[in-house]
Amino acid sequence: MSFPTVPLRAIAACAVLAGALLSGPALAAGEPLVVYTARKYQLVDQLFQEYAKEQGIEVKSVTDDGAPLIQRLKAEGPNSPADVFITVDAGDLWRATQAGLLQPIRSAALESAIPAHLRDPEGHWFGLAVRARTIAYATGRVKPAELSTYAALAEPRWKGKLCLRSGKAVYNQSLVAMFINDMGEAATEKMVRGWIANLATEPFANDTLMLKAMAAGQCDVGITNSYYLGRLQHEQKDFPVQIFWADQAGKGTHVNISGGGVTKHAKNRAEAIRFLEWLASPAIQQRFAGSNFEFPANANVEPLPEVVAWGSFKPNTVNVGLIGKTQPQAVMLIDRAGWR
Amino acid sequence: MDAASARAGPASVAILVALPMAAVVAAIVQGALGAEPALWDHLREYVLARVAANTLVLAVGVVAVATLDYAGIVPTALRAWLGNDLWLPPIRSAGGVVAVIGIALYPYVYLMARGAFLTHGARVLESAQSLGLGPWQGLFRVAIPLARPWLAGGMALVAMEALADFGAVSVFNYDTFTTAIYESWYGLFSVETALLLALVLLSFVALALAAERLARGRRRYTAADAGARAPLRLALPGFRGWLATAFAGGVFAVAFVLPAVALARWATAVAPFDLDGRYVAYVLRTLALAGMAALACLALAVALGYATRKPSAGRLAHAAARFATLGYAVPGTVLAVGVVTALGAFDSAWRAHLGGDGLWLSGTVLALLFGYVARFLAVAYGPIQGGFSRIRPSLEEAARSLGLATRELISRLHLPLLGAGIGTALLLVFVDVMKEMPITLMTRPFGWDTLAVRVFEMTAEGEWERAALPSLAIVAAGLLPVALLTWRMERAARAA
Repeated sequence: MSFPTVPLRAIAACAVLAGALLSGPALAAGEPLVVYTARKYQLVDQLFQEYAKEQGIEVKSVTDDGAPLIQRLKAEGPNSPADVFITVDAGDLWRATQAGLLQPIRSAALESAIPAHLRDPEGHWFGLAVRARTIAYATGRVKPAELSTYAALAEPRWKGKLCLRSGKAVYNQSLVAMFINDMGEAATEKMVRGWIANLATEPFANDTLMLKAMAAGQCDVGITNSYYLGRLQHEQKDFPVQIFWADQAGKGTHVNISGGGVTKHAKNRAEAIRFLEWLASPAIQQRFAGSNFEFPANANVEPLPEVVAWGSFKPNTVNVGLIGKTQPQAVMLIDRAGWR
Repeated sequence: MDAASARAGPASVAILVALPMAAVVAAIVQGALGAEPALWDHLREYVLARVAANTLVLAVGVVAVATLDYAGIVPTALRAWLGNDLWLPPIRSAGGVVAVIGIALYPYVYLMARGAFLTHGARVLESAQSLGLGPWQGLFRVAIPLARPWLAGGMALVAMEALADFGAVSVFNYDTFTTAIYESWYGLFSVETALLLALVLLSFVALALAAERLARGRRRYTAADAGARAPLRLALPGFRGWLATAFAGGVFAVAFVLPAVALARWATAVAPFDLDGRYVAYVLRTLALAGMAALACLALAVALGYATRKPSAGRLAHAAARFATLGYAVPGTVLAVGVVTALGAFDSAWRAHLGGDGLWLSGTVLALLFGYVARFLAVAYGPIQGGFSRIRPSLEEAARSLGLATRELISRLHLPLLGAGIGTALLLVFVDVMKEMPITLMTRPFGWDTLAVRVFEMTAEGEWERAALPSLAIVAAGLLPVALLTWRMERAARAA
């Protein structure tokens, strides 16, 4: 037997065997509900399966980042199987709306459950969980009284003490976009340049790395999404970093949303609306947001105890869709200011 | 038979194999035409110069590290899949990112260089010795120059993969062309500008590859003796033996043991919560896709290698072959956009002309394989082409004169002589597909979540520890086929 034939056969057998053994989920009666979701599997799958069981309908989902999912929807066009599109950023929802990939819906249940600044005025999308991006400080070295606003982090007193995540992170881009909307481009750029001048070290790839660096003493203050700290505090009760709600005397702390809408070419429109309403309902809201230490978008629902412990805060109530619109401008500002 | 018709056959085969890549590139070009001038101006002013310099540093540095590592004769290729970028080194710098990607990618150079050294065989080195060259001189003045096309092939793969890397560079927050592509798409909301950037990157790669070819000139490399014995093992006495062991062991420790231990520690911490029956299906799907893609790439690479095995195949055939294998230098996510767009266009054309509804190709396993072939054909083609160029033309002439038809020629002469090249090609594609993310994510059908998809979902949420479990599962799932192939290759090498 010559050499190449054996591995060829082995690999072919492997492939065929594995293919044959794959068992897809059993088909339930009726059209399945198809969800394209940038909110990842570990945060949503359990709820999706619960809905499927409750409603006697199959829920199929596929995960990816928001931008590729938008591209997939575009390429599939009118024949896309997707009914619902869920993102982890208002910018992606805004962009999907611009590209004509979502359809406006009216739903009394959704409109009463979700505050106006967390949903599209025309009903293309609705916020389902709120992520606050605010100041984090090292408890041993900083007192809350020393903190006030995001802009104050640009003051010389924090020179060499500030840590930031990469300017390429969408959450930083949406924070900067909010400031461009609130105080104009020039003032925002001045503030961002001040932050960069205060950096203790190169920006980090993600919030978790940054928070760990703060705990390790590399820097004293930083800007983070609260849930990243929530996860770390959940693992280690005495994690030496704490949340400070920024801009409480001003316009409020920056929030972004994880939210969803019904796709333009949904085959199962009625079911898609019912599904979003179910996700926004009080009983589900706590778990939808709670799985990730976020705040429920439904204002009548309490967050997890660990999240409640950070105290309540005043959110900036500029419509989150406006932030998406300004995001490209924010990205360019970040490049100019040299925020790597 | 006149020269023109002699070239028609190879050219049409090569062009046929290049079709998937052509469809993808057409989709990318069409998208790039829509790039907004204002965004392009912004990128040129604030972004391009820096990312171009960074990208160059990355490519050169990674090739250097990967090449310096190749001599490590570690008795196994098991670490080939170490493309995981989960190990977080303390140094977030150009040096750090170069070291990590270089260590992860050196098997490309190692496997191809090893194949070349084995074929040249003992006889060449013995001749060198008889001419008075010592072992070191033999290495630098005979073995390495003779291995040049294979070394260059491995280095080209490494450089292309480094250029297209997004995982490691984003962990290090090191800005390259790839991060600029992501910024344009995710941040500036312009997939068109992202595609344009990818085309610029692609043309740089094409230029670099053309330059290498030009430098190699008209020299031809064939094995002096196709059935050469493998070089005799040289027993290194005392101190030198320890030094060699330490070097090989060091590479093994840094490239495999260290990351594997880190992964295992994390994985055991999360396994009680995350490990369940679903993992059986993830592993099977991962193996199925990797196996099918490896076979598809191998088949096309052999067709391409056969068509272009002689210089007389003509320029068109060689150009088509180079084009077909460019996909490896395109960041996976850009290629995925091209794949999805091309398949979407095919589906709507199908509907328009043949009726029916729904999606024919989009969202099928075929779509995934199409994407894998467009991306990984280069990985299979490198070793196969190397193998073909070691088969002396006189052998083929002899076989022809004995009356062998083309089919028999391939199955009875070429395939057996390609030996180790086939193993290397299968191995590299298999491992690459197992850890591929962007194309799998964007084109997979429902229910086709693989281990790499799970890794993505965890890392995308910053949950590195939880990503260790599926990463380790990729390593474990790959062990069997990789071990089998390695064993076969060793045996074939010994038998030769």
